[in-house]
Amino acid sequence: MSAVRTRDGRYCTFMLADLHLGVPVSAVQEVIRAQVRTQVPLVSPVIDGLINLRGVIVTTIDLRRRVGLPPAPSEIEPMNVVIRYEDDSVVSILVDEIRDVIDIGDVELEAVPATVHGACRDLVTGIHKRDGSLLLILDTIKLLDIPTAVGRDRTAADSDSGEQRQLEPGLSISTNQFELRHQASRRDQ
Amino acid sequence: MANREMNVMDDDELDEVMNEFIIESRDNLDQLDQALVDLETNHDAEVVARIFRTIHTIKGTSGFLGLGTLESLTHVGETLLAKVRDGSLPVTTAITTALLSLVDAVREILQSIGMNGGEGDLAYPDLIAELTQLSTAAAPAPDTAVHGAGMLGGQLLREGKITEAQLAAALRRQDQGDQRRLGEILVEQGAITPAEVRDALKTHFEDQPNANETIRVDVGLLDDLMNLVGELVLARNQILEFVQPGAALAFTATSQRLNLITTELQAGVMKTRMQPIENIWNRFPRVIRDLTMSCGKKARLEMEGKHTELDKTLLEAIKDPLTHLVRNAVDHGLESPAGRLANGKPAEGLVRLRAFHEGGHVIVEISDDGAGINVDKLRNKAVEKGVLGADEAAALSDRDMIDVIFQPGFSTAETVSNISGRGVGMDVVRSNIEGIGGSVEVHTVLGVGTTFRVKIPLTLAIIPALVVAVGEGRYAIPQISLLELLRLDVSQTDDGRTVLPNVEWIQGAPVHRLRGRLLPLVFLRDVFEGRVLDGSVADEGVTNRVPSGGESMYIVVVQADDHQFGLVVDGISDTSEIVVKPLGRLLSHVEAFAGATIMGDGRVALILDVMGIAKHVGITSGVRQASRLTVEATDPTFLDIASSRCEPLLLCNIGTRRFCLPLEAVARLEEFEADAIELTGRRRAVQYKGEIIHLIDLAEMLSVPAERADGRPLRVIVCTDDGVSAGLVVDEIFDIVEEEVVASEHSSDFGIIGTAVIHGLITDVIDVHQILRGATPALSAVASVEEFAA
Repeated sequence: MSAVRTRDGRYCTFMLADLHLGVPVSAVQEVIRAQVRTQVPLVSPVIDGLINLRGVIVTTIDLRRRVGLPPAPSEIEPMNVVIRYEDDSVVSILVDEIRDVIDIGDVELEAVPATVHGACRDLVTGIHKRDGSLLLILDTIKLLDIPTAVGRDRTAADSDSGEQRQLEPGLSISTNQFELRHQASRRDQ
Repeated sequence: MANREMNVMDDDELDEVMNEFIIESRDNLDQLDQALVDLETNHDAEVVARIFRTIHTIKGTSGFLGLGTLESLTHVGETLLAKVRDGSLPVTTAITTALLSLVDAVREILQSIGMNGGEGDLAYPDLIAELTQLSTAAAPAPDTAVHGAGMLGGQLLREGKITEAQLAAALRRQDQGDQRRLGEILVEQGAITPAEVRDALKTHFEDQPNANETIRVDVGLLDDLMNLVGELVLARNQILEFVQPGAALAFTATSQRLNLITTELQAGVMKTRMQPIENIWNRFPRVIRDLTMSCGKKARLEMEGKHTELDKTLLEAIKDPLTHLVRNAVDHGLESPAGRLANGKPAEGLVRLRAFHEGGHVIVEISDDGAGINVDKLRNKAVEKGVLGADEAAALSDRDMIDVIFQPGFSTAETVSNISGRGVGMDVVRSNIEGIGGSVEVHTVLGVGTTFRVKIPLTLAIIPALVVAVGEGRYAIPQISLLELLRLDVSQTDDGRTVLPNVEWIQGAPVHRLRGRLLPLVFLRDVFEGRVLDGSVADEGVTNRVPSGGESMYIVVVQADDHQFGLVVDGISDTSEIVVKPLGRLLSHVEAFAGATIMGDGRVALILDVMGIAKHVGITSGVRQASRLTVEATDPTFLDIASSRCEPLLLCNIGTRRFCLPLEAVARLEEFEADAIELTGRRRAVQYKGEIIHLIDLAEMLSVPAERADGRPLRVIVCTDDGVSAGLVVDEIFDIVEEEVVASEHSSDFGIIGTAVIHGLITDVIDVHQILRGATPALSAVASVEEFAA
């Protein structure tokens, strides 16, 4: 499974920090502006919250946290890319900026080089080489394997351990920082 | 190309016919189960005719659809039924059993067709042979000929147009090869006129329900409709939020109409999803028949309220739990016929199903008049199986002990039968029922019987809920788990600290005194922010728990299982009808939430799962503790629980010692401020509503060290005995328990009748009579003077 081809070769692309990412157009239900989100306690911070999408409650994933990037600067107004799965369930991912739909045609995607570490390595199915940039194709299924859901796990909630949530140093964010950030923002409001 | 399309259409049409056939047959088969069991006791010609028709229809259609196995099976069945119908065969148990097996076989084949399009590999040669053998083995019994009369004969007989003898004669002629129809023979015999035959046939067909008044609708369509109505309810809620005082009159009026119409539409659509509980009860006569035959018992099934309606999804959800309870009633509940006779009961046991509405719920009761649950045996078994420790088991009250049957891996059956006793089941029953927001409780009286009471919400989709605020989030708490709301004062100390005066802390765990009982508190903030409540949090403060600037918080007293606890929230907004929506698969594992809903402003709010939170914070782990604030009202309907010899007792504390006294002697409970106490002579008394209550300090009287903080109000139990009243001062009043008190030994101590173990604690039983009179002989005199004065 070194390379993946999509049937129609068209990808909906977006930016996440300096990464140019794409998902197959066929998987995207719609792209909408950031919505009022309801936070969900007791779950992984990767889950940003719930939004009301015309009466359907949709879970939003903070893609930056998912791939282990620092939170977006405040001037960025994130966008929701709503992805529909085969079982008709819907999940939204938060990205920094929407880019074009790109038709890469019938070309072979390149596998992720072994030197790339981090969550990206697990989440990217292949790389399309464009003039001057690389387009990383996201695996929408693996996106849902959220590493830690706090749930009943008390040790995960115990912020003193400073346990690392993500895999690699540099890209990781400790539980500790999260709790602090969370609480700080609550007190502000 | 055109040709291929034609074929596809044909296939589609065939599929449609096939589907319709499967659905229709399945419905009919469900009725057949009941009809066949009925037939054993009641040889009604009408019933035979109905069974025959059903099997005949299935045979015809399966022939048309090319379903060979089904056709040959139903064919032999039909042959047998024809003999039964025309009376040449009496209905025997063997025939009924064979016909029931036929129904099962047909059902299996239909299921196979529904799942993979084919009839499956089974050909049922044994069953076919058995049915054939039964239908050929018969000796005609002339007397039963009348029973076998078809619909016309039955109708004429009921109307008194012909006599049984005439009918029997006509049927005999048919048997002898007369090819004409029954009506024609009867007319020829001169028993009846052709006009009467026409009338009878007409009446008969008019009795049949008119098929055009009902239509078959796909459940999926109803689900969609329900979802849309849910959306409409939300939109309505949103619109209503715009209706402010001063809004345009026309807008207000229109919103009100929208409100009304939506409510009606919601009720209407919900009604389309309602089905009588009869639909699942129909299979129980069959279940009981099979079961009694296999375990050698005798049982009669009574059903009451079978037209009680429930949402289809709920009905599906309770089908298996109810079946399990019914099987249990026969297998565990009822004694063997010999055992019953020995106990002075009729050999035939009674299993009773009742369904009725009660306060927005549907109650289903499954009762048996069997042996009841032997609590002592249960206790031993629980210890033996390691479900409970010996101490734990001894500490549990009988009622709590009975709850052990809902523990996983528990069974009381002496021997494991193939029906029950394998220790799986009751826990699943309970979790299934609780999964749909219901509850199950059990009442049992040794030797008299057992009643399981299942409480089910009317519908799942739209529920009333209380909306609370925690931090900046809003959460909905389903009304079903709500008991009461309490305000919790937040105050500032002189040195500027925020305190909660009504909350006390036991090693970091907050509790609140509610009517003399400790109510464990759960700060939802703690739960949501991941703070643990196991004592590792040394912080007894309130800094993180109280919203800044708030003057009060609220305790939402909720019930999970048998446990009550208080959820502390920052604020309470409103109660409203909410539409329950599922959380996606990413969040379905979070036990604290049951789903989500959309509020009037379009934002999402999470629905709290009270059970889940109780589990999360460790309130309902393992066996339920012996704690209950109130004695549950007993249900007198089937089991006369009041007749058990339990006596209600009031529990109180003096210092560290437990006391109890019969509730019968208690007039009321009071609290008096210490400064309200006056001295009259050498005794203390208080004035209360114009009367004088003399106080007796039990601590003093019984020489027990008291723990009484200065300035705390006195807890007083006002007792009356033979016209003498006095207030007994105690430290703490706890609870009312219903317990059979066996005074272990006659106490020589003054004022104590004896000692009992209640909730695992040694408890002295107070002799109210002795205390009131013996201790203060003068008191009776005073009292009588007062009486005289009054």
